[in-house]
Amino acid sequence: MKLKTFKIGGVHPPENKMAANSPIEALSLPKRVSIPMNQHIGAPANPVVKKGDDVKVGTLIGKGESFISANIHSSVSGKVFAVETVMDTTGYKVKAVIIDVEGDVWEDSIIHSGALIKDIKLESAEIVERIKSCGIVGLGGACFPTHVKYMVPEGKKLDTLVINAVECEPYLTADHRIMLERTEEIMVGIEIMKKALKINRAIVGIEANKPDAIAKMEKVAANFPGTEIQPLKVQYPQGAEKQLIKSVVNREVPSGKLPLDVGCVVNNVGTALAIYEAVQKNKPLIERVVTVTGKKLSKPANYLVRIGTPVDMLVEAVGGIPEGTEKIVNGGPMMGKAVSTTEVSVTKGTSGIIFFDKSEARRKRIANCIRCGKCVSVCAMGLEPYLMEKLVEKSRWEEIEKLAVTDCIECGSCSYTCPSSRPLLDLIRLGKANVNRIRWERSKK
Amino acid sequence: MDGIILYSVISLGAVAAISAMVLFFIAKKFNVVEDPRIDVVAELLPGANCGGCGYPGCRGMAEAFVKGADAGSIAGLGCPPGGSATSEKIGKVLGMEVAAGEPMVAVLRCGGTHEKAPKKTEFDGPSKCSISHAVYTGEKGCPNGCLGLGDCVKICAFGAMYMDDKTGLPVIIEAKCVSCGACVKACPRKIIELRPLGRKNRRVWVNCRSLEKGAVAMKVCKAACIACGKCVKECPEKVQAITLDNFLAYIDPKKCIACGKCIAVCPTKAISATFEMPAPKPKPVEDGTAEVKKEEVKQ
Repeated sequence: MKLKTFKIGGVHPPENKMAANSPIEALSLPKRVSIPMNQHIGAPANPVVKKGDDVKVGTLIGKGESFISANIHSSVSGKVFAVETVMDTTGYKVKAVIIDVEGDVWEDSIIHSGALIKDIKLESAEIVERIKSCGIVGLGGACFPTHVKYMVPEGKKLDTLVINAVECEPYLTADHRIMLERTEEIMVGIEIMKKALKINRAIVGIEANKPDAIAKMEKVAANFPGTEIQPLKVQYPQGAEKQLIKSVVNREVPSGKLPLDVGCVVNNVGTALAIYEAVQKNKPLIERVVTVTGKKLSKPANYLVRIGTPVDMLVEAVGGIPEGTEKIVNGGPMMGKAVSTTEVSVTKGTSGIIFFDKSEARRKRIANCIRCGKCVSVCAMGLEPYLMEKLVEKSRWEEIEKLAVTDCIECGSCSYTCPSSRPLLDLIRLGKANVNRIRWERSKK
Repeated sequence: MDGIILYSVISLGAVAAISAMVLFFIAKKFNVVEDPRIDVVAELLPGANCGGCGYPGCRGMAEAFVKGADAGSIAGLGCPPGGSATSEKIGKVLGMEVAAGEPMVAVLRCGGTHEKAPKKTEFDGPSKCSISHAVYTGEKGCPNGCLGLGDCVKICAFGAMYMDDKTGLPVIIEAKCVSCGACVKACPRKIIELRPLGRKNRRVWVNCRSLEKGAVAMKVCKAACIACGKCVKECPEKVQAITLDNFLAYIDPKKCIACGKCIAVCPTKAISATFEMPAPKPKPVEDGTAEVKKEEVKQ
């Protein structure tokens, strides 16, 4: 059988999924957590606790007040040590609540047991309200507040919920493990999402390099009518929203439009699990699975980590930074960002911590563009990276705007494939930022 | 044979005559009357097309001058690189007084040398400040400091900047700087500032842009302004040129008298000047002497 995939562009980097066979372990509680207030796309949450307050696991500590924002909850119990600015992975300052951990006391409203609850008691609107109050964001990496996706404007016709279980980033295995270990909960989560959207059809897209997950999911999905499992050909960036829709339901999302415009809502499989816990157990998003891996690591692992745990603890758990490490990446190797210090904390978007040695960390020497066109052929959005790079170097912002630079999903396939190792994505990002600035200035006039 | 030559001469001549007439009429019809003064003014401008005036090149500036002169006011127009000499010449052509701006010079406000702010990470991306700034705080870890990749040096059209490899910071060659402001715009961290040249070329400025609390700033850079406020207190009462905002001292060049008193008291040596301060006098032994001196200043 020929597997489905998207048609334009794509690359296939070495998978390196070393942690695929490591079961999820719960990481021990840290002594102190620092929970940033801007873990999501949109406006940062406003802290609602102050120094000296007692908090339990699940206590609201940050309130998302704008339309695109998300609530933040305490992931531990203890005393608020301070509300101040801390460094995030980029080194810039963000507001955070720092909590000294004392014991592990959960809020009374949270059902703190592993038992599966199948009956969905809440109605559609209540589910969306619960998703919002529990601070659920997309766990694929972009951290878009999930409740916003579920506020479907009137007149939009929806028919399919697409669940993103692709995990096309090399190295990462967090989604793979939850599919194997928490299959039923995910399926109930998908039922909840379907109920919230008032639709009956859900398709789970899984890449073919996870046969065990596909088998397990298919077996369980048989009990849940309306939910299909769709194996997909391994290709990066299949986990991108628009590419996944093309792969799974063969619809194309036009430039500047949303999946909603083609009748789809896309959510990550991790988000499905978080929604299950939020709706059935009233548990806010306070922990997530993080893959800690690297070629030099003796024991790559998947940890269930409380949000706000210092990355240092993850490093310790795998036995320290392996020798010869030159770069530590937060996220996947293709789209993740190098961290400048391990003193930062795990956030809702931390899908992995990867250690790169010299051979992987270093960029190759930049050579001249040989006009081979490889970047054009791998661009999943059908753009012209080589041309945009040149125009950015000359600061010709209006021209790259015409080349639809803002359609770029920053997957990095162009930089990955370039035989001259040109920093295409870096410059395109710079161009995107400038085009957005120009558009903003224009809208002000 | 004669016939062929004759015909070709006549026919080509006719084509030439008709074309000449068409071209003549088109040239008349679409003639653009350009003020001859524009050319004259453009000739007087330096011709570097630096954009420091805010117009697209020297010709754009010249057009603006002439347009302004027709409207009766050329206030606010001026060529920073040209200085007062150019302004006077243009003024003569236009028959108006061109206000020569105060002579300015670009000043670097970061003291994060390799020694004071050692590198903690390595940036492997394209060698552009704008990209490094967007990705993270930079190799030194200071969110407000110089990134040292030289966007300002690359943009300078007058060769007035170079990168000092020893310190990792750009250096501004005062004699060549024409205060066009291109580097100010190019710096993503807004480190470079155009400051008045100052009387006798005496300038004092805070050599830091850090907006962090003292202890945090000192962690990344030993030359950071820690907002202790000593300079604010030291500044003579009548002058009060120094303000403290967001954990950063700023010396207002319009108020500063370049006495240099603040330089001596700064614990991190974060205040720079274009002149050398005389060695501090030994402290007066008798008590009360300092009080007397302060009173004198007040009077």
